[in-house]
Amino acid sequence: MNRRQFIQQSTAATALLGIGGIGLQSFNSSNAKKITILHTNDVHSHIDPFGPNHKRNPNKGGVARRATLVESIRKENPNTLLFDAGDIFQGTPYFNYYGGELEFKLMSMLNYDLATIGNHDFDNGIDGLNAQLPHAKFEFVSANYDFKNTVMDTHVKPYKTFIKDGIKIGVFGLGVQLEGLVDKNMYKETVYNHPIEIAQDMSRLLKEEQACDLVICLSHIGYYYRNKPDRVCDLALAKATKDIDLIIGGHTHTFLPKPTIEKNSVGKNVLINQVGAYGLYLGKIDFYFELGKATKADGASIIV
Amino acid sequence: MTIKHIFKLLFLVFIFSCNNDFHLSKIEGNRIEIDETITTDSDVENFIAPFRENVNKNLDSIISYAPETYSKSDGEFNTTIGNLIADAVFEESNPIFSKRTGNTIDFVLLNHGGIRSIISQGNISIRTAFEVMPFENSVVVVALKGEQIYMMIDYLARAKRAHPVSEHLQLTLTKNFEISFVAVNGKPIDKAATYYVATNDYLYNGGDSMNFFHPNDSLYILDYKIRNVLIDNFKKKDTLNPKRDNRFIKLED
Repeated sequence: MNRRQFIQQSTAATALLGIGGIGLQSFNSSNAKKITILHTNDVHSHIDPFGPNHKRNPNKGGVARRATLVESIRKENPNTLLFDAGDIFQGTPYFNYYGGELEFKLMSMLNYDLATIGNHDFDNGIDGLNAQLPHAKFEFVSANYDFKNTVMDTHVKPYKTFIKDGIKIGVFGLGVQLEGLVDKNMYKETVYNHPIEIAQDMSRLLKEEQACDLVICLSHIGYYYRNKPDRVCDLALAKATKDIDLIIGGHTHTFLPKPTIEKNSVGKNVLINQVGAYGLYLGKIDFYFELGKATKADGASIIV
Repeated sequence: MTIKHIFKLLFLVFIFSCNNDFHLSKIEGNRIEIDETITTDSDVENFIAPFRENVNKNLDSIISYAPETYSKSDGEFNTTIGNLIADAVFEESNPIFSKRTGNTIDFVLLNHGGIRSIISQGNISIRTAFEVMPFENSVVVVALKGEQIYMMIDYLARAKRAHPVSEHLQLTLTKNFEISFVAVNGKPIDKAATYYVATNDYLYNGGDSMNFFHPNDSLYILDYKIRNVLIDNFKKKDTLNPKRDNRFIKLED
């Protein structure tokens, strides 16, 4: 149905409903919707802003400021989701003293909706991470870490779906290879599976079986490794998969001034974004939906 | 229009209003810098405050005293702060290692680059330990054959840096950076013997190109962060008094 037909139909319906006395209020009568995705990564326990004398980031960051910003965006658009792409832990004495409790409690105050697990989130061992989970009111997703033989079994799901204003959003998580990066005593029996195959499965499941309108990957595998171009990374992930709309990255502390647009395995656009580290920036991606079938073959227009 | 038609149309309206036939039309991406122009959320700020006070109180609690300033550049091949840290790693780790294995650590090797700050003259707080050792590296003990100890000595001779070693290693280089004298606990190195060398996990894994830790007979992970070693060690001493000595030197003529 094209837009013109729709307008004609609705006009007729409205006229008739005037007679019938049945309201349309229970349905969203608007023909446009907006979903806002906010994201952080590699905050590394940076709760306070950097001090005024810091050489690189003076007076930048700070979770209490991020709270104000997130709240104002949520007020403007209630259909907002807030995600973190891992490495929540490690980097300031707050972590050494409280083991991640404060990080999780603050993220809960900011109403984070979901996070994935970074390598540094194992820094107090998988038991240390597990012990802090009760402080998080948000959930964790990881599709390629198999926690079956660990204390985290059943606490981490491969994906989670959200419905905002009738739009279904599926989000899955990916973690970086732990061997050689994290001490085995820390991650214990956590099994790392190759992200590409898992992502292919996940995106198919979310798009086809779960019928998601948006598929998002929360990735801690890293944006790109210049010195190791064969290592799996977000750019490779985007190219090797389909049906992913947005990859929210982490691990490499890549400060992207704007999201990268990459072509997926069927030539469609995928957005990849990463906001560096330490809570210096908040990433914001707005997805606009219109009623009716897509008319352009190449998909949505992207403004970055 | 009959009633039947109206119902048909209402049905259509129902379908079109409730189905999810929306398509993605536009994507807009931005990043927002978090700086002082954004107001601090008072609820969040008030929530953090007691945690911050507690951390700061603890970090600033005084655990020892430094009569002088100690720096990693106050000696050519051994420095006051390097000797202090390497000896502290021995003093704090050896009892744990001995209890666990029945063996004794022969000596400690760390890296010069791992010392991240000076120790300033005056009171020493826990914050000092965080400044000197901000990383999370932990103590590991590696069982190495004497042959590999020689590889390590070659490395130290070539590196031309004051990589910290504990007082149990004696290494003297000629003015041309050749090995003049080497001993572990006063004895020559036996190529066939096993030596227990304490280091940190970063170096064990090849950090600073210290590739001589592999292969090895065994690895013992002590689960003891270097920073905690320093805190525990400093707490035992009213006054720190590290000295430069002759453990690792180069002859001038």
